[in-house]
Amino acid sequence: MPFEWFVALRYMRDAKGQTALILAAVSVGVSVIVFLSALINGLQASLIDKTLGSQPHVTLRVMREEPRPLVMADADRAVARAVQPAPQRLRSIDQWPLVMADAERTAGVTAAAPTIIGAGFAVRSDAKNAVVVRGVDPERYLAIIDVRKRMTAGRFDVAGGDAVIGAVLADELGVGVGDKIRITTTEGIDDVVSITGVFSLGNEGVDKTWVITSLRRAQALYALPGGATSIELKVADVFAAERIAGEVRGRTGLQADSWMKINAELLTGLSAQSSSKSMIQFFVVVAVALGIASVLIVSVVQKSREIGILRAVGTAPSRVLRIFLIQGAVLGLAGSFVGSALGALLSKLFEGIARGPDGGPKFPVQLDLQLFVFATVLATGVGLLSAVIPARRAAKLDPATAIRNG
Amino acid sequence: MAEPLLVVEGVVKEYGEGVITRALAGVDLTLEKGEFAALIGPSGSGKSTLLNIIGLLDRPTRGRVVVGGQDTTGLDEEGLTRVRARTLGFVFQFHHLLPMFSALENVMLPAWGDEGVPSRTMKERATELLEAVGLADRMHYKATDLSGGQQQRVAIARALSRRPPLVLADEPTGNLDTESSNDVFELMRRFNRELGTTFLVVTHDPRIAERCDRIVEIVDGRIRSDRRVSPPT
Repeated sequence: MPFEWFVALRYMRDAKGQTALILAAVSVGVSVIVFLSALINGLQASLIDKTLGSQPHVTLRVMREEPRPLVMADADRAVARAVQPAPQRLRSIDQWPLVMADAERTAGVTAAAPTIIGAGFAVRSDAKNAVVVRGVDPERYLAIIDVRKRMTAGRFDVAGGDAVIGAVLADELGVGVGDKIRITTTEGIDDVVSITGVFSLGNEGVDKTWVITSLRRAQALYALPGGATSIELKVADVFAAERIAGEVRGRTGLQADSWMKINAELLTGLSAQSSSKSMIQFFVVVAVALGIASVLIVSVVQKSREIGILRAVGTAPSRVLRIFLIQGAVLGLAGSFVGSALGALLSKLFEGIARGPDGGPKFPVQLDLQLFVFATVLATGVGLLSAVIPARRAAKLDPATAIRNG
Repeated sequence: MAEPLLVVEGVVKEYGEGVITRALAGVDLTLEKGEFAALIGPSGSGKSTLLNIIGLLDRPTRGRVVVGGQDTTGLDEEGLTRVRARTLGFVFQFHHLLPMFSALENVMLPAWGDEGVPSRTMKERATELLEAVGLADRMHYKATDLSGGQQQRVAIARALSRRPPLVLADEPTGNLDTESSNDVFELMRRFNRELGTTFLVVTHDPRIAERCDRIVEIVDGRIRSDRRVSPPT
């Protein structure tokens, strides 16, 4: 075994009490970091998951219509004009299959689906509810939002022009699978659709208003033969959505909104949460570093005679330096292992205790390899760094004085 | 004549700024290979300071120290350590073994600390030396579990573990009873005879000094006398 390792490990073994205490301190620090990260990451992931459960990552639609003056000025006529915002009507994207193919080719985009989104009423006997009608291409749409997994009754089958509706809407209308409802659209067209399934995406607004049917059926309901009002995209990295939206906007000239823009408030909240997490981590790291440094400084003082002897019998200062750096790094590393295990245990316990009304965990924790690697590298690095001052002090000891004064 | 093993030339050592204390006031000393010399003097005479300077644990204010033909004046701390590791052995008054290490580990220390990784020869050499000092059966005892005389014998084995040409001993018997004193001294004489190792022994025990080949007396930072002892008949 290399000399420095041998001496470092022997020192740590001999000072059992000190080693155990500082190891405990490092472990607690690491477990706080692991637990906190697992909790906050899990919370954020589940929030984002919920948000994206009923939202595409990027939505493309036609630009809003610009206000237009009704009378144009010309060479010999000046016009005082009143400009009013143009009323927005439902329009189809020009040549949407080409646009969709183009958007699909953008790097980072994993799926694209054409949709018609329109408003209307769902009527059944006396009940009348405002609804959002979404006409979709089933195969493509399921790649964006997997409604099939969220069915509470029936199945997702809209191919024949049938519809699936939100659970709350079904409840309010008092309908179930196999029933029929009448849809009246904003275009003044009405038609009867039969319900093949009921879904719950976990979002009240969605579950209360959505009626999903086939694209062809929606084209008929909104008098947009062959049209699609928006194209929805799914991307590989959800946080790249805004960048990809910008790229697609540039390429297609359409309005492209990412979920990040639509949920700006959520993102602000998440980033505030992340910075408070970083802050807590920072202070934990500082406390751990101070702990390791102070234990090692005490150890240098206690062992100064021995260090003097080592130096006198021919151990170079650089080796003495390494003896203490190794101790710091080993304390950090060992502490990170114990702390990771402790943090993981704590997270699992917490997840088990705090359960929501549906029996699922209220606070889903997210423990992944990356987190453990991060904690290990962090703790080892901190151990090494906090050993620098004590180690330099040890290396600089004057052997003659150290031996004389002990 | 062969080059002397140790040359100390005009060494002055001063401490303090402002009020300067002069510990050594110009010392010249030469040791030949194979000598067994005593360094004596009253406390405060500067003998420990001289020993530290010869041992490269301290630097002279002026003058130079040449060990084994190498002038040590310009060396940095790492360089001094290397010369120390390869040409010098130390025996201290209070043995100064590492308490939590075994006798064997203590003897291996100088070579291990210098070369970094242990080798078979290192261990064999240390074992032989411990056998030579009569501690073959105590090899794996911790230093703190040995008696004073045994500890000092381990310290001698450690000093000799790299076969250094020069061993410096600071009151090696100062802390021992008469019998152990005698053992330890005889051990050093034996290594001097058998391996040709040069010894410089600081002592204030006149009986020990008289049994050396040469007595150097230092008083007030200067060498007052330097004489050969006629071998006992």
